[in-house]
Amino acid sequence: MRITSISRILALVVPVLLCLNSHAFAVGGQNEAPVRETATAVAPAAPATVAAPAAVPAPAEGAHAAEGEEKPGDLIMHHILDNSTFAFEPFGSIHLPHIVVGGYDISITKHVVMIWLASVLLLIVGGIAGSSVKNLSAKQAPKGIANVIESLVDFISNDVAKPNIGHGFEKYLPYLLTVFFFILFCNLLGLIPYGATATGNINVTLTLAAFTFVITQVSAFKAHGLKGYLQHLTAGTHWSLWIIMVPIEVLGQFTKPFALTIRLFANMTAGHIIILSLFFIAFILKSYIVAVAVSIPFAIFIYLLELFVAFLQAFVFTMLSALFIGLATQHEGGEEHAVEGAHH
Amino acid sequence: MLTSGIILLEGGLLNPNPGLIFWTALTFLIVLLILKKIAWGPIVSMLEERSKGIQSAIDRAHSAKDEAEAILKKNRELLAKADSESEKIIREGREFADKVRSELTEKAQVESQKMIAAAKDEIEQEKRRALDVLRNEVADMAVKGAEKIIRATLDAEKQAAVVNEMIREMSATRN
Repeated sequence: MRITSISRILALVVPVLLCLNSHAFAVGGQNEAPVRETATAVAPAAPATVAAPAAVPAPAEGAHAAEGEEKPGDLIMHHILDNSTFAFEPFGSIHLPHIVVGGYDISITKHVVMIWLASVLLLIVGGIAGSSVKNLSAKQAPKGIANVIESLVDFISNDVAKPNIGHGFEKYLPYLLTVFFFILFCNLLGLIPYGATATGNINVTLTLAAFTFVITQVSAFKAHGLKGYLQHLTAGTHWSLWIIMVPIEVLGQFTKPFALTIRLFANMTAGHIIILSLFFIAFILKSYIVAVAVSIPFAIFIYLLELFVAFLQAFVFTMLSALFIGLATQHEGGEEHAVEGAHH
Repeated sequence: MLTSGIILLEGGLLNPNPGLIFWTALTFLIVLLILKKIAWGPIVSMLEERSKGIQSAIDRAHSAKDEAEAILKKNRELLAKADSESEKIIREGREFADKVRSELTEKAQVESQKMIAAAKDEIEQEKRRALDVLRNEVADMAVKGAEKIIRATLDAEKQAAVVNEMIREMSATRN
């Protein structure tokens, strides 16, 4: 009993270590190779490690893959992950170009295409809304796409940016609006057939969070100056505590965008994994009853939930960005007064 | 569980991909710049303009309401003033009429009194005159009657005796 449990834990831990070793900073081509190949690649790697119990299931899996029988997990990951072919099953697939510039792999992948698609749609919608707004006289009511965009813009500016950032929020409005609509369009495009969720890729969310991080730092610097910025890092404590406080505060600066990255990525990925898993229940059990009674209703439910989550996560990302910017730019004076007031 | 663990991590869910990061950053920046120009600028300024317009409309409505209320109040005041004015005028007219009437009656009374008094005087005078006339008449008649009586009874001897008597008395008293 105990041996089996230990072997299970080891089986979980060893792949993690393997993965960190071999793939943490692996570049391009290897990653974009189809999942099946990487799955088989583990098989020879695993026996090479010392952990004997963990090695047992790995070759079994490899054997399965070798037989050409795709595991549901592989298929799910194939759908979730980025790759360089845009599959339109059963109509065939488009192979995307592989570009390497100066040793850096900047190939066009499925998620890049989805980002471009979202951007083009966003530009079209934004262009329509912008031009219709320009032509609108003050006494006309807006309608159509312009109305939808306008109400969302109004929501972001008055209910998200204004309360969180406060004075001077107009400066950050273009960024917040763009990030909201960009994430929203990427999320929604992931829900249509043959689409892929670009925001379910940690690289994309990391990039977006990095923008928030840069804006937060720059605006904090602008708001407080170098002295104020450094003082902020000491959190107003006694100098003897600085050796503890400064690393904590510096770390705190990075945890915020990190949280943004993981939240969006995990939410978008999880929903898709759940939908695909629900479908594979039917395929694994090979039963129409299960498909009709379980897979389809639940998948529809999760799909609708995903539709909601698409809006929710775009909103959450935008709101937290606004909150972080607001926290970075707000003046210490008010806080100190409040604290003093509380003491008295 | 084991399989999913391997797949999740082996599949590269957390793999960094510099190409994707590069494309995301580039695309996002371009989209940000273009949208800022073509969409957010006009929409945000329009929203601001509209909110200002609505605010001014509300302000105007409020001021119009205040103005209307002030006018209504003024009208009411004017109406009340006119009411009181008219009431006052009526009251004054009535008072004046009363006064005039009482004055007139008084005057008439006085006049009639005077006339009555004058008439009475006249009557008195006439009466007195009549009485005088009557008295004179009566006196004349009496004198005439007396004359007739006296003429009939007058006797020289008796007269001489009376006169003598008188002279004697007079001389007696003087001594």
